[in-house]
Amino acid sequence: MTTQTTTGGILRVLRFDRVQLATHWVNAALFGILMATAIPLYFGSFFGVVLARHLIERIHLWTGLALPLPVIISLIGPWGRRMRRDLRRVNYWTRDEIDWLKTLGKTNLAADKFNPGQKLNTIFVAGAIVVLLVTGSMLQWFRFFSVPLRVGATFVHDAFALAVFIVVVGHVVMALSHRETLRAIFTGWVSEKWAATHAVRWLNEPPPTREDAQPPSRR
Amino acid sequence: MTPPEPIDRINVGRRVFLGIATVGALGVAFGSDVQNFLGNVFGSGLGGLLPGGDRFRIYSITGQYPKISAKKYRLDVSGLVERPTTFTMADLQAMPVTSFSKTFQCVTGWKVPKVHWEGVQLSEILKMVGVKPGAVALTFESYDRADTESLTIDQALLPDVIVAYRMLGASLTTEHGGPVRLYVAPMFGYKSLKWLSAIRVVDQEQPGYWELNGYPVNGWLDGTTSPKNPDPQLT
Repeated sequence: MTTQTTTGGILRVLRFDRVQLATHWVNAALFGILMATAIPLYFGSFFGVVLARHLIERIHLWTGLALPLPVIISLIGPWGRRMRRDLRRVNYWTRDEIDWLKTLGKTNLAADKFNPGQKLNTIFVAGAIVVLLVTGSMLQWFRFFSVPLRVGATFVHDAFALAVFIVVVGHVVMALSHRETLRAIFTGWVSEKWAATHAVRWLNEPPPTREDAQPPSRR
Repeated sequence: MTPPEPIDRINVGRRVFLGIATVGALGVAFGSDVQNFLGNVFGSGLGGLLPGGDRFRIYSITGQYPKISAKKYRLDVSGLVERPTTFTMADLQAMPVTSFSKTFQCVTGWKVPKVHWEGVQLSEILKMVGVKPGAVALTFESYDRADTESLTIDQALLPDVIVAYRMLGASLTTEHGGPVRLYVAPMFGYKSLKWLSAIRVVDQEQPGYWELNGYPVNGWLDGTTSPKNPDPQLT
């Protein structure tokens, strides 16, 4: 299990450390910039907006190239223990979790730190980052690709962008309607009461494994 | 030591991630065919609403559109010609009309199938002004003087190289280069200069704006870059 402290009589459980909070918000900011710049680039002909198109293009390009960095940096360093541990959680599912997702949450589930929907969201974002980065790069450095491949890359880039808009809107709606988890992504903490209801398998996990433990003291 | 994962755990994350990447790769490989299929089945109307579908993406190298009314529009044709001429919109419309539907293909990958164009063949204009011996190429200028383009005389004489004033059954809009633009059907979109204001007949080819930024001077749709038309079928 994770670090617990008591504040004002409430037992608090650490859900996200500072590395995870920073990664989430930097990643969210990059996605926000990409989505904001994507709209005038895509709908330019509707809005009649071409002013500063070149600048918007540059911003979209450089933000896109930076997109995988927060996740990669947070995962690779000695600071990434919790990130790596959570990555493993997102990767490995139990049969119960698969059933829970198949029935859209109608089965009983002793939930992990993240419920299957949250896990799926994370996996989608990871996949979308890779696909959008590759197809976006193909559009930027199109000379190396045949015309049908450029057309295919445009098609995929646009389709995934649409999917990202839908998923991000869903993500924000879910976040706004779940106050305790919303607070956790700002403060890093949830109450033990919340964890006991929504993430009981996580709460009842055995003591820290090596990668979750504090750095070993010198012997 | 990392504790072993219990056996009833399935690496859904990795599988879904690889699935998404595979869908992306298949889309890149076959997206062009899918789009053609959808365009054929549903027509380019619905195709335009699909993501990545048949829609124009509007570029302007200055970030602005020069606004010119059809009344005030003038096309100057000068250089190595017998009779330098300034055409009004009415002059162009009085000339023989050429119309056809072609796929508009951008060099970066987007395309819009079955775009209907109407205008005057460039060869008609050249016939009218009389090209002098020694002429090799044409230089085109846009109204805002920011964009330039070029074609060899041979390319300019191809039947589907037109000075267009109507598109998709309506007057050419400002964002599509109206009131009058060049439309070079057998080449990528960047060759079809918008807001055409001047044509000069010259004795050597001068690369235009996009060519100076790295695009081939001869941007044939099949990707070849020699001055000669690679495929007479294209025209």
